[in-house]
Amino acid sequence: MVERIKDWISRFYLGLIILFLYAPIAVLIVLSFNSSRSRVVWGGFTLNWYSRLFSNRQIGEALSTTLIVALLSALIATVIGVLGALGIHAMREKNYQLVMVFTNIPMVNADIVTGIALMLWFVHFIPLGFGSVLLAHITFNIPYVILSVMPKIRQMNVSLYEAARDLGAGPVYGFFKVLLPQLAGGIVSGFFMAFTMSMDDFVITYFTKGPGVNTLSTMIYGEIRKGIKPEMYALSTLIFAFVFVILLAANYLPQRKKKTVKERR
Amino acid sequence: MIMKKRVVGVVLLLALCMGICTTGCSGAQEKKGSLTVFNYGEYLDPAVLDMFFEETGIEVKYEEALTPEEMYTKYKAGAIEYDLLCSTDYMLEKLIKEGELQEIDIDSMENAENIGDKYWEFSEAFDPDNQYTVPYFWGTVGILYDKTKVNDPVDSWGVLFDGSYSGEIIMQNSMRDTLSVALKALGFSLNTNDENEIRQAYELLEKQKADVQAYLVDEARDEVVAGNAALALVYSGEAYLGKEYNPDLEYVVPKEGSQVWLDSWGVTKNCKNLEMAMQFLDFLCREDIAQMNFEYIYYSTPNDAVIEALSEEERADETLVPTENATENCEVCVQQEPEVVELENELWKELKAE
Repeated sequence: MVERIKDWISRFYLGLIILFLYAPIAVLIVLSFNSSRSRVVWGGFTLNWYSRLFSNRQIGEALSTTLIVALLSALIATVIGVLGALGIHAMREKNYQLVMVFTNIPMVNADIVTGIALMLWFVHFIPLGFGSVLLAHITFNIPYVILSVMPKIRQMNVSLYEAARDLGAGPVYGFFKVLLPQLAGGIVSGFFMAFTMSMDDFVITYFTKGPGVNTLSTMIYGEIRKGIKPEMYALSTLIFAFVFVILLAANYLPQRKKKTVKERR
Repeated sequence: MIMKKRVVGVVLLLALCMGICTTGCSGAQEKKGSLTVFNYGEYLDPAVLDMFFEETGIEVKYEEALTPEEMYTKYKAGAIEYDLLCSTDYMLEKLIKEGELQEIDIDSMENAENIGDKYWEFSEAFDPDNQYTVPYFWGTVGILYDKTKVNDPVDSWGVLFDGSYSGEIIMQNSMRDTLSVALKALGFSLNTNDENEIRQAYELLEKQKADVQAYLVDEARDEVVAGNAALALVYSGEAYLGKEYNPDLEYVVPKEGSQVWLDSWGVTKNCKNLEMAMQFLDFLCREDIAQMNFEYIYYSTPNDAVIEALSEEERADETLVPTENATENCEVCVQQEPEVVELENELWKELKAE
């Protein structure tokens, strides 16, 4: 009996947590099918917002800017971050600690400070616009990459690389064939971390963007005055569905693979 | 792991494709110049910018802000050189006083006569000789109420203060808007610099507080639409939307008068190409363009040509076309003396803290 109550309570608790986490998203999804523009009136089911979403050029432009900035900044930050992490790892203990502290500053620092600082800096050298946003995103992405690659580097067996070099591999060949494969997990997760951070960012983008350049977050912010358009609910729903499918795929597909391998054995 | 990589690859490819597909769109027009324009979010039909480019070859770099204060800060930061900006009465007054706007020759604009005399007069509250600004949209502040809950037709601010709708009232969470109501209810000017009058207004608000359900901003409209409150102090543009969602709602500008707000365009002192800027302003006053913007925004337009072309029904809607009578006792907010503003801030804090 007690066991059953305990069981029931733990289920109830779990349900409550899930409810609080997902109820807001559920509301958003429901609203994206609401034919009334109001947030409090249900006007019937419609797919109208989805069709309007795809014919809206502003949203399209903001979405493409967001994705391009996220992709490019994540890619560039990954390259710089991996090379940087290798370099930092090779430093002497004292320097290593010092440089790691500096690396962490942009990450620990409040976004608004980074944003304003970057804006003040950029104004003197380049016109604010797409370029300045991209540079800013690369800047705050680098630490995330370094942080997720660093543990992998520490675990890595350096002797393998040295052995490869002994056996005649050139430095570049050795890097790609021996070092990179060992770090792959860290690099991929670093890349995704950077990609997500860039997609998410509002504050830094807001301060470093120029006229006419909008990411999704800055565009939605501009809309608040007149109420967020239901097209944005539709877009958010699509992004959520997209991420959800990827998560499902990433979690379930490899497991099945492993199983089949085991079975074969 | 291989599968994961493949998923990652597909995601990246998709993302890139989407990026490339949506960029790269250009018309036949050759680019002759560009203007950097600063406006509120969702406050201009994007198609207007394309048309402007097609007709003149001037490309508009368009930037949006949420509030007048934010606009002021971004403008003053100087990171971006704006040529034109659209802001609200009191902020324009501040910009004019600080010498941030250029004098413009309104008579040189072909379509300026579409803007009714009444609105140039409103402008004089902050731009005394109509030298700096061109009216864009305007509206009133009034009471949005639910006809099923409020029995008598509302025509006076009194309904908010006589205690008969206790717990059903929503006021604006903005010092100036809410204080203006109390001042007007007492028959004072909302731009008063008289400390005594302001204290009286404060007392009225203090007494009313027990009856107020909440002090809100944008949610005020939704609360009435959803039936959670019977009366709310709202801007006319919000009231229009509210009536769209819920046909039981009615909007009124009380007879004691209220606040009229005006959003206008000005040319900044940084603007190097005044001729292009004037072309843009003139374009906005043209009937078909003003019509497009009106249909995009649904605030009251100062463009008489557009008003005349409206349907009977729309012209009768007081949220869109406030009547002559309704605006008779109304005033545009202008800046008060610094000491008065300080006093108001203090009283407002007290009111909210109690």
